[in-house]
Amino acid sequence: MDHIRNFSIIAHIDHGKSTLADRLIQFTGISDERTFKDQMLDNMDIERERGITIKSQAITLPYQAKDGKTYSLNLIDTPGHVDFSYEVSRALASCEGVLLLIDAAQGVQAQTVANLYLAMEHNLEIIPVINKIDLPSADVERVIEQIDDELGLDSEGHLKCSAKAGIGIQDILEAIVKRVPPPRGNPEAPLAALIFDAHYDPFRGTIIHCRIMEGTVKSGDTIRFMSNSATYRVEEVGHFLLQREKRNCLSAGEVGYIIAGVKTVSDVRTGDTITLDDRPCSQPLPGFREVKPVVFASIYPIASDDYDDLKAALEKYQLNDASFIYQKDSSAALGQGFRCGFLGLLHLEVVQERLEREYDQSIILSVPSVRYRFTLKDGSVVYVDNPAHYPGSSSIELSEEPYIRATLMLPERYLGAVMKLCMEKRGVNSTLNYPSPGRVELLYEMPLAEVIYDFYDRFKSVTQGYGSFDYELIDYRESQLVLLDILVNGERVDALSQIVHRDRARARGLQACERLKEEIPRQMFKIAIQGAIGGEIISRTTITPFRKDVIAKCYGGDISRKRKLLEKQKKGKKRMKMIGQVSIPQSAFLSVLKSDAD
Amino acid sequence: MQVHHNFFISMQKPKSQSSKPVGKRRAEDNPGLYLHIPFCEIKCRYCDFFSVTELSRITDFLDAICREMNLRGKVFKFFDTLYIGGGTPSVLRPDQLNRLLEHLHQHFTISKEAEITLEANPADISVSVMKELHSLGINRLNIGVQSFDNRILEFLGRRHNGRQAIQAIEASLQAGFGNFGIDLIYGIPGQKRNTWIKTLEQALTFQIPHLSCYQLTVEPETPLGQSYKKGLILTPDNDELFELFMDTSEFLEKAGYCHYEVSNFARGDSRISRHNSKYWHHIPYLGLGPSAHSFDGEKRWMNVRSLEDYIQRLNQGKLPMEFCENLTREELQLEALFLGFRTSAGIDLDDFEEKFGWNLWSVKERDYELLLDAGHLKIVNGRLQPTRTGMALADSLALL
Repeated sequence: MDHIRNFSIIAHIDHGKSTLADRLIQFTGISDERTFKDQMLDNMDIERERGITIKSQAITLPYQAKDGKTYSLNLIDTPGHVDFSYEVSRALASCEGVLLLIDAAQGVQAQTVANLYLAMEHNLEIIPVINKIDLPSADVERVIEQIDDELGLDSEGHLKCSAKAGIGIQDILEAIVKRVPPPRGNPEAPLAALIFDAHYDPFRGTIIHCRIMEGTVKSGDTIRFMSNSATYRVEEVGHFLLQREKRNCLSAGEVGYIIAGVKTVSDVRTGDTITLDDRPCSQPLPGFREVKPVVFASIYPIASDDYDDLKAALEKYQLNDASFIYQKDSSAALGQGFRCGFLGLLHLEVVQERLEREYDQSIILSVPSVRYRFTLKDGSVVYVDNPAHYPGSSSIELSEEPYIRATLMLPERYLGAVMKLCMEKRGVNSTLNYPSPGRVELLYEMPLAEVIYDFYDRFKSVTQGYGSFDYELIDYRESQLVLLDILVNGERVDALSQIVHRDRARARGLQACERLKEEIPRQMFKIAIQGAIGGEIISRTTITPFRKDVIAKCYGGDISRKRKLLEKQKKGKKRMKMIGQVSIPQSAFLSVLKSDAD
Repeated sequence: MQVHHNFFISMQKPKSQSSKPVGKRRAEDNPGLYLHIPFCEIKCRYCDFFSVTELSRITDFLDAICREMNLRGKVFKFFDTLYIGGGTPSVLRPDQLNRLLEHLHQHFTISKEAEITLEANPADISVSVMKELHSLGINRLNIGVQSFDNRILEFLGRRHNGRQAIQAIEASLQAGFGNFGIDLIYGIPGQKRNTWIKTLEQALTFQIPHLSCYQLTVEPETPLGQSYKKGLILTPDNDELFELFMDTSEFLEKAGYCHYEVSNFARGDSRISRHNSKYWHHIPYLGLGPSAHSFDGEKRWMNVRSLEDYIQRLNQGKLPMEFCENLTREELQLEALFLGFRTSAGIDLDDFEEKFGWNLWSVKERDYELLLDAGHLKIVNGRLQPTRTGMALADSLALL
């Protein structure tokens, strides 16, 4: 156990986390140049493109240190977005130390701080690493000052590197060995293993990623998930190298995988504790939380013939994403589809993109919604996450919506703008803290619905990217809610309906009309777009028809070219949804949630 | 390269096998022949047709195109329209044209009633030359007038002026060309609606049998396109162009022209361009010369867009083909629709069903009904026809 180090790299986006991970992997020699693919830990295309890590990943690096001993360094990569902050906390709970990576040119940024706080919560050894020191714009001295002043860390122990150029990599590895404490735990104790992720393998079923805190697990053992007492027989355990490498057992302090015939990823809960069925530990590891979706939207195939394909794609997708849930749904305007639950808007966008890219689905997403609670006049209580199921204002006794506590960290100079934004988003009960000079922590209680409605984008924009944001659900509170419908040429499009606060209704109606006007291409007919509450029209716009599209000349040599152009247009049209005679592009459905950027 | 042996068969097959009376087969269903003369004295700023200004290459080109006739003539026989376009075919001397036509007649059968059109630049037209051309069998002229306004002609980079345009029309009439057409361009940056209508009025004074009125298309690969890209010119917006289109159509129809295709107007049905109509009615055509396209009912192919390649390949006894595509039923269908909606004749619903095996009207009835109500379409004698506003929307109509 003395030869094990469990660590994570935390950083603001684009400060070089994935590049450093790659370099560490390369340095320890488990991957040669030939098999090396940049940013090995970001497996999904989307992760690589967006530069964010969505799923946690782990890899064991064998490293022969200068003291002559060989260590197993377990690098646990973490997701980088507030939607996944729970997953991050579970990954950090599996570590004893972190590399806090800071861009030498950009210095300390919002996520640097937010991640630092997360790491401190888990009492981790923090090693500040200044990256990109070879950049012409690098200002190492300034970053060192920031480490002292803004982060409140001792800059003495900082390291310098350029992950891209491969400078300073060995020093980092040495520091991990010397400074990150070896894991503690008793291999003879009853098993307690923390699940920090799981993924699906088509041949082996679910692969559970875990950190063994206490005890030992080996193949043949019967394990029990403490959250639901489900038991499974262990088929295989091992370490993550470039591929999975089978081991006889995993013992306290180690990071690795367990394969135990678990059919789907959704049977595994991140943060859950695994123990042995015949010799359980006395209590589960702390911090477990049932992850519940907070944002809901319906997914429909663009062509109704593709319903079965979409169904199959969702089934497959869910194997790998336990936090995604769905059930059958149908819409008058869009036909058969599925109502889905997501951790947040980013999660929703990721699911949408992956369904399109990896599963080749052409889909429409309805306007996202939170889950409202209505007490009806007959005394019954209903939860509604789909505006189509809005009970009707005359039967409602009490309307409630979910509230969150938002924690916002930002440089003091943005305080005014952020408070204004929070008030606009119906934030209440604010608390203001000064954790370090120049930096404020702002706590607000606000409706979750306001947060999914473009809060994050606007917060980032008013703080110029220096703000970090986290939230937790607190409770349901009474609210004045109404159903806002959108009519396209007089036809109600249920997938565009939203449940909104009464005071916001008119503004939202206007905004929805304006957004749709931008998103829906002009067509041969005039298109009227209206926002309505009950029977009352509260907003209206018109998309004027285009009147000419024909080219002047079309002779023998022009026909093939013209045909190809039209075929392209036709393809584009196929990706739109027909509502009556109006073609509505996919983007329109999400656009109604976006407001004007200030 | 045996690619087009079925030129004739393919176009006759569906007709002869159908249960329709043979009488419905129209004379204009015969293929048309196109010759591309890729020479211009100067290049106009807006034009992206293939041509070169090295007039010294004319002799070699004539040798080459005659070789192409030898190769194609073995398979293709009968045509009832011939269109000599370019480029500027009128840069050829009458004796050169004569050589071309003689060689053509040796290898192809051109109907005695064939429409034989030559494109001509007003600057090349004189009574004597036109008389000579007439005697060679050319019976229709298409004159690239574009405008009578010198400022516009200069903007377009034409080598003639307004006076020459008028003289060319008069000379053509004098030389005995009862059938001829002129090209005009509108929607030019800075051109006022009134200026354009004045141009039309001027054209009307000559009772010109055929008018092609083209909205200026800014092609990216032209000097004009470059100016546009740099922001040096401002083109009218879509709504303005629509208004101009409508004004043109109304004005000319009032003056007795039929607006039979998006950009084409004829003084009576007998004056329509029979050759160009073949393109819009999806009738086969054979194109000779560099960059010329051909269509046999199933395939379309294109000759190389380079004079030197063209000459070289034919010197080696090879066909100068650059690309050839086999059209799928779906592609043919789309073509039939977007071409059909360009013409006032529209689409014959029975013909369409016979050709493609499904009934256009019953499948798209909901859309079409709305368009009938909106006044973009009409049904006349089993034909689905665009109205004036419908013609402007031909592309969208085809995509429904």
